[in-house]
Order: sequence, then C-alpha cells, then structure tokens
Amino acid sequence: MSTFALLAYLGASVCFILGLKMLSSARTARQGNFLSGFGMLLAIVVTLMDQKILSFEYIIAGLLVGSAIGLYLAIRVQMTDMPQMVGVLNGLGGGASTLVAYAEYLRLSGDTAINVWAGGEVDLVVLITIVLSIMIGTVTIVGSIVAAAKLHGIMKSAPILYPMQKQINAAILFAIFVMGGLFVADPSLWYLPLAIIGLAMILGVTSVIPIGGADMPVVISLMNSYSGLAGAMTGFVLGNNVLIISGTLVGTSGIILTDIMCKAMNRSLANVLFAGVGADYSPDEAAGEQKTVIRYTPEDVASILENAQSVIIVPGYGLAVAQAQHVLQELAGLLVARGVEVRYGIHPVAGRMPGHMNVLLAEANVPYDLLLEMDQINDDFQNTDVALVIGANDVVNPGARHKKNSPLYGMPILNADRARTVMVCKRSLNPGFAGEDNELFYQKNTMMVFGDAKSTLTNLVGMMKK
Amino acid sequence: MSEALMVSIYVFVLATFVGVEIISKVPPLLHTPLMSGSNAISGITLVGSLIAAGEGHGGLSVILGTVAVVFATVNVVGGYLVTDRMLKMFKKDARRGGGAQ
Repeated sequence: MSTFALLAYLGASVCFILGLKMLSSARTARQGNFLSGFGMLLAIVVTLMDQKILSFEYIIAGLLVGSAIGLYLAIRVQMTDMPQMVGVLNGLGGGASTLVAYAEYLRLSGDTAINVWAGGEVDLVVLITIVLSIMIGTVTIVGSIVAAAKLHGIMKSAPILYPMQKQINAAILFAIFVMGGLFVADPSLWYLPLAIIGLAMILGVTSVIPIGGADMPVVISLMNSYSGLAGAMTGFVLGNNVLIISGTLVGTSGIILTDIMCKAMNRSLANVLFAGVGADYSPDEAAGEQKTVIRYTPEDVASILENAQSVIIVPGYGLAVAQAQHVLQELAGLLVARGVEVRYGIHPVAGRMPGHMNVLLAEANVPYDLLLEMDQINDDFQNTDVALVIGANDVVNPGARHKKNSPLYGMPILNADRARTVMVCKRSLNPGFAGEDNELFYQKNTMMVFGDAKSTLTNLVGMMKK
Repeated sequence: MSEALMVSIYVFVLATFVGVEIISKVPPLLHTPLMSGSNAISGITLVGSLIAAGEGHGGLSVILGTVAVVFATVNVVGGYLVTDRMLKMFKKDARRGGGAQ
C-alpha cells in the first residue's frame, strides 16, 4: 500500500469516529452520517486506485449489483421493519468478512486449488484471525438471517427448544476451536476452514432459534457487534488498520447496545441467550382472588383528557402494530391546541430494537424534544394528570417493583401508575410477553378502554374535533 | 510476531476505548440510527473485498471476492441511505409539541 493510501485510510477512520461522535445529538446526527459516508467513499476510491487491483470488470459488476440492492432496500423498507433490515445488513457484513478471510487464505496457500497448499510461512496471528473471522462472520450471517426471519414472521417467533440444547451448542463451539487450533498448527489442512464454516453455520441456527421474538432486540444488537468484530478480524488477516478501527467501533457499539437492552429487561445476556423465555410460561393463577376491571368508553376518556393540564403518553409496540402513530400524533396536536402539555415517555424496550419507538414516532412527525427517555420522565408522572398507555404492557407493570416471584421483578418500569389518572388502551386483558398479569389494569385510578388502538384513537380525535 | 501486527493489536485495543467513549454518549433517542449507521461502517470490509476481487489471481478467490463486494456494497449503500432516511425524520419543534397540521 502506498503512503498516500495509508494516509487516506487514516482520514477515513477519523471521519468514522467524528461521524459517530456527531450522533450524540439529533441536531448534528445527519451531518455525522454524511461525514461517515464520505469517509467510506474515500476508503473505497483509494483502494480502487491502488496498484494492487488489476482487474476491474468483476468489481464494477459487484459494486453496481450491490448498490442497486442497497438502494432498493433503503428506499422501500418500512420503519416497523427496521430491525429485520438492520439484521440482514449485519448478516451481509459478516458474510463479506468470511468470504474475504477465506479468499485471503486461498491466496496465502498459493491460489492453485482449494486442496493444495503451496504457501510458505504464515504469521500465527494471521492464521488465528482467519479462523476467527470465518467463524464469527458465518455465525453472523446465518444467525442474522434466522433472527430476521423470526422478526418478519417467516419463522415462528416462539423459542424452539430441545433437550441438551446448551450442551450441543457448547460442543459445536468447542469443535470449532479444536479445528481452529489444528488449522493454526498446520494451515495446509485445507478442509479445516471449510469444516469450520459448516459448523459455524449450524451454530448460527442453533444459537438463535431458542431465543423468543421479544428478545430479538438483544440478538440484533449482538449480531451488530459480531459483524463489527468479524470486520476487525478481517483487518488483522489483511493487515489493514482501517478495517480494524471501524470493525472495533461497531463491535463496541453493538456490545454497549446489547448491555443496555439487557439492563432494560433486567436480564443477563446469558439468560436471554439460553433461557428460552416465553416458550411455556404458565402464569401464576394461585393468587386467585377475583379482580375486576372497569371498562370505560372513549367518551369518558375524551372528557378527562380535555380537562387535563398535562399528559404523558406511554407508547408500546402495540401502537406500531396497529399503525396508530399518526392518529396518536393528531390527538396530541389537538390536546396541545387546547393548552395541554403533552410529552412521551419511551421505555428502552418499547420497540423491536434499541431506539425503535423513537424512529416510529419521528416518522409520525412527533418532534424529538417531546420524546423523553425513562430516566428523564419517571419523576414527572406523579405530577401529571393523565398517563395514556397505548399498546404497552410489561413496561408499565408495577409488579416489577415488588412482586418477587414475577419474571418481571426488578425490571425498570415507567411510573405510569403514579399519574393521577391512568388510561390504558388495549385490545384485551391478555398478559404481556412476560406472561404476567398487570396490576396497573386493576388500580382505582385506571381507566381501561378496550379495542384496537387505531380505532380508539380515531374515535377520540373525532370527539375532540367537535 | 511481526511489528506491523503488534501495531495492529495496539490499534485494536485503543479503538475499543474510543468506541466505548463515543458510543456511550449517543442518546437512546438515536439508538436505531446508531445501529444502522455503525452497521454501514462495518461494511468497510468492502475494502478487503475489493482487493480480493481485483488482485487478478483468477480462480476461486476472485469469485469469492466478487460475492463479498456485492454483500459489502449492499451493507454500505443500504446502511448509509436508510440511516439518512431515518435521521431526516427527526425534527425539533420549538413550539413545544405542535405538529398538528
């Protein structure tokens, strides 16, 4: 690589870092993304200009096909489908890392045929990172496809469990490491990288199928991290620092988001990955006392909303499923026009991936300064007239604070129950994902309005306009 | 171990600290664009793919490299564009909560 190319790679790395830094504020985020994209363009152009590249026909074909698919996906994807989109993109990044690492192995082996080793001494670190890159990349692409299929409803989202699952996964991982070790000791064993790819594909499937649909935010974040790590490992294989830097940035980003998601659900990563929650939970019905819920009509709710001074809206994924974001924003607008203070309280796991609910509401033209995170708004509920809960359940279950035997126990929740009046818009009394009955519904200050979120809100808007 | 590799390990470790430092400052509001945007950055493997596809050795590594170019390009182009599409939607409203047209 020429000095110029190496300096340009450094420039690209700086663009990535500054671009991510500018994501710390919604004001500068868009320019940040642009800067990061500019860095990418710089890295690509410099690579193409480098004398190492001799034939362009395949490259140009590949770039054109890839750009067309990328453009199509970016324009067409629905905001509700963003988790699948990110999942698929993660997977492709991981897949590319595997392919590059394997191609580099072929080059090192003398590039004659798959099963002939004509290479010389290869540095140990290169061999180790070839194994890691191939393994992580393959798990990422296969795991991401399974996760995306679950999110998209192509596969059943419930966990798929079978006996000895953890042990089998551990055995596969162990086998990969043994083969990796043998390969590092003797890189002429050409069949080992292929066997590792095969086993990693199996691991990609078996490690994601036991995870339930509602835990997919964690899996997608984790795959995000893997795709970065695979890229960083490929950087070691090729001795290319820009790959190492960017891959590492993405790897840490994914890990941090994974950690945030786990904390928001009050579960350890191990519990998410191995526990298979949601498969066969039988709610605790021993408590037995007959609890009653008071049903209200949209008319009752409308009159209270109109006379409120402050409202905090607590949206859950049910809102997005009902496609009711836009009507909700219309309702909020009508309330604001009457002088009501309206804000939104967003729980970290309100959507299907980190920050998802914010994107869904931004799409419905909700200004982002009204979207408050849990810690910012939780103390305000007690001074608020109405907490309007739409399509959310577990994230407002007060049982999480004190019911020690509940699967939700310890999970941070939004204090919706502390508002003077709580309105819950819900299809039915069915428990949320955790299978736990929600105490909030039975509180004296809670008004339950049953029905589809969209039609209920449309009703409310109609009444307010009169 | 060669000196260049040692430098790479330095870079890897230091980049981890930079990553933790800047990513933890991104507010939850922007976590989805952060994921898709950082995802686009991980498409940097495209650089490696280009070299593998274009080195002119012929044979299998060119085919693998070309497939890798397609994958990584989808990752890069799709990632940046969809991130931009999302970030374009985030608007501030000085009127405190207007937005009702």
